[in-house]
Amino acid sequence: MDTLIELLKQNARLSNKELAAMTGTSEAEVEKKIKELEHSGAIKGYSAVVSDEMADKDSVTAFIEVKVTPKADCGFDDIAKTIMMYDEVESLTLMSGAFDLAVTISGTNYKEVALFVAQRLSTIDGVISTATHFVLKRYKEKGFFIEGEDADERGFISP
Amino acid sequence: MMDYDKIISKRCSGLKPSGIRKFFDIAATMEGVISLGVGEPDFHTPWEVRRSAITALEKGRTVYTANSGLIELRKTVCGYIKRKIGVEYDPQKELVITVGGSEAIDLGIRALVNPGDEVLITEPCFVCYAPIVELTGGVPVSIETKAEDGFKLTAEALKSRITDKTKLLILPFPNNPTGAVMTKEDLEPIAEILRGTDIIVLSDEIYSELTYEGKHFSITELEGMQERTLLVNGFSKAFAMTGWRLGYVAGPEPVIRQMLKIHQYAVMCAPTVSQYAAITAMTSCDHEVEKMVNEYNIRRRWLVNALNEIGLTCFDPKGAFYVFPSIKSTGLTSQEFCEQLLYKHNVAVVPGDAFGSCGEGYIRISYAYSLKHLMEAVERMGDFVEELKNKNGGV
Repeated sequence: MDTLIELLKQNARLSNKELAAMTGTSEAEVEKKIKELEHSGAIKGYSAVVSDEMADKDSVTAFIEVKVTPKADCGFDDIAKTIMMYDEVESLTLMSGAFDLAVTISGTNYKEVALFVAQRLSTIDGVISTATHFVLKRYKEKGFFIEGEDADERGFISP
Repeated sequence: MMDYDKIISKRCSGLKPSGIRKFFDIAATMEGVISLGVGEPDFHTPWEVRRSAITALEKGRTVYTANSGLIELRKTVCGYIKRKIGVEYDPQKELVITVGGSEAIDLGIRALVNPGDEVLITEPCFVCYAPIVELTGGVPVSIETKAEDGFKLTAEALKSRITDKTKLLILPFPNNPTGAVMTKEDLEPIAEILRGTDIIVLSDEIYSELTYEGKHFSITELEGMQERTLLVNGFSKAFAMTGWRLGYVAGPEPVIRQMLKIHQYAVMCAPTVSQYAAITAMTSCDHEVEKMVNEYNIRRRWLVNALNEIGLTCFDPKGAFYVFPSIKSTGLTSQEFCEQLLYKHNVAVVPGDAFGSCGEGYIRISYAYSLKHLMEAVERMGDFVEELKNKNGGV
């Protein structure tokens, strides 16, 4: 059912009826598969890809490189769990390379983000250093162009 | 004052203007029109292909190539044909890189047809074959395909049209506008009739990559058919490269040699930058093509289902990016249906009779559009069909 997941990733708002037609199965079958995917945890949830600027929402996003000291018994997981519990943290991944954890956080202004890094993130036991990069402009997210697609340059009708 | 009507060649002035021109003109003056009328991909050319064109420009690859095309591209194309359908052509003698598939069709017809020769044209079909035949003084002979045959060419229909003047058979599958494909089993009886005759097949396989629920089959794969077939294909549909104007034709050397003469006098060579980009397209874009094909297939399934639901019976098309629903239940002609749909609901589709008289009673809907666009358009079409139903007291 790869096509079903692919379609939901592109547009989670398609109806089961539409998904059934598109994947060549029945509506009941689609409903069943989606339930299975949700129950198994393969599908975590559904969200909209929003251009904050267009949605008139003030927000600041930062990408933070975090270096940590892994713990003997549980490696990076313990620190990761501590960090991810904060609501401000949008995504958290363990990385190979020059740093360990990549944290994306959002706030309503720079100060909010700065305070989070200084007072909460840096003070967590095991965090050695942080490097905060503020997002200046987003061009593409989850496959969508943030500033919109090019207009269709094709004519109305051609043979 | 010059009387241009007297000056223009009779053959040219006698050509019928394209049946879709009128709709294009009306739609262009209206606001808020959403169109399902376009015969070209909505995808951009894969970025890697565009990048290699940029590189070619930077390197100054801006001079003529060999008349038949860059040898590297010809070798690539022959390799591609071999990989796709298992048929071998000599890149030195049996292939010409052309200005789109369109030029390949033009060359083939002009190289073969004498005044009075008959050219069998499988209809409904793309609009260019008959006019080119008429320009050569040949006689276009329609072979009508029918919905009940899945718009495939049947052996009986072919047989009934062959005379001792028949020179060429145009075989356009996967088909624009119907989306019909011809399988190996469908083609074998056609080949059986043609073997042992002097009739050449012009197999226009421009939509070959856009085949769903099965692999494309070319008539050249059948025994004895390669020597009597001109295989026309190109980059426009498979790689979303319409504006690059690049196609090719492969066939028997004695015919290709003559076609090359016309090509060299008419256009010298295909656009050089496009040729460099095309090498990249064929050698490193399988993944991009597969993605586009999957996306078309998803839209195709949605659209066929949605059209049947609003009451426009829809033959299940297995190729290209068109569906060809019947509008006979509405009691309108194709032209009337399309005009009213455009004026009342701002949706532009193409009347089926623009592709041959047997297209009457049908409309061509392209799904070279995003799903969002298709959904909006089909909703409007549904409203229109509903209105007609209420007016007619039931469709």
